[in-house]
Amino acid sequence: MEVDQLQRNFLEYTNLLFREGFLDGQFSQLQLLQDESNPDFVFEVVSLFFEDSERLLNDLTIALDQQNVDFKKIDAHVHQLKGSSSSIGAQRVKNTCIAFRDVCLEQNAEGCLRCLQQVKQEYLLVKTKLEALLRVRVPHLFSLEQQIVAAGGAIPMLNDFC
Amino acid sequence: MVAPSSFGNKEDHQIVGCLHMGHLHLPTTHTNCHNNGKMVIGSSKKVVANQLDEEKRVCALVVDDDPLVRKLHQMFLNRQGLDADVAENGKEAVDLFASGMNYDLVLMDMEMPVMDGPKATRELRAMGVTSMIVGVTGRGVEADKAAFMAAGLDDCIDKPLNGGAIIAMLDELAKKVL
Repeated sequence: MEVDQLQRNFLEYTNLLFREGFLDGQFSQLQLLQDESNPDFVFEVVSLFFEDSERLLNDLTIALDQQNVDFKKIDAHVHQLKGSSSSIGAQRVKNTCIAFRDVCLEQNAEGCLRCLQQVKQEYLLVKTKLEALLRVRVPHLFSLEQQIVAAGGAIPMLNDFC
Repeated sequence: MVAPSSFGNKEDHQIVGCLHMGHLHLPTTHTNCHNNGKMVIGSSKKVVANQLDEEKRVCALVVDDDPLVRKLHQMFLNRQGLDADVAENGKEAVDLFASGMNYDLVLMDMEMPVMDGPKATRELRAMGVTSMIVGVTGRGVEADKAAFMAAGLDDCIDKPLNGGAIIAMLDELAKKVL
């Protein structure tokens, strides 16, 4: 595929993710930090986000499964998840966390369970989209980014969102 | 006490520990903080002339319990020409200074295990640390933020950091040392 077309696809896809609210301006900040001497920066940071999130979601599941729910602990976990998600620009995950904390304050266990489901959902959604953008789990398919680089092009930037 | 290295061995600087008031000098392997020389600050390239000749890079310390945030803030600082070490909590930060390390700028997270931001800030100031300490907070209760400032911060900003916030911080730092 032509580099131009690939770059257009990449931009369109990133644009779409911004428009649909999955990503916000913070993600552009990550892209700005990536350069020839740090070519995998976005991938590395996003990978850390995946690790952080999966661990926290697991901890939350366990915490909400207890006889006596420790709402303080839950709030601490959600606060962390909110922090990570906002750091990479995963806007919808962040917003779900904000709502989660409010429910936690009310010490409403059932409400918390619903929030957890929501966060998990949003996380899986953004994870899928980020993987498509950066790397894919299925080895024989190339991510848009890889295709562009393989064709000799540069990863385009969405300047509007800087 | 171990503060993990902030950035591999990509540069060929000689690794020198920083002396603080002539205290115990513990050789370290993770910082390029020198005590002499002209100070070149970030992309604004303001040069603070000094009697000594060697070029000094501004040293920063990122204190945060989240590895993602540490990596991100470190990169923002590196991009502006700063060297940045990391610490996982307030106690590690205090221990670093106590061991003789010196930093021009400290980015201090508010909520951390072992020792939180406000406590660490109070301890550092009590030790006589005059570095610029900037608190980093998730948007939260105003009273908490005020209490954090009262602990001895020079400034307090919201997470997440971005390039613009770092540059503004460096401008303040330049004013402080000029």
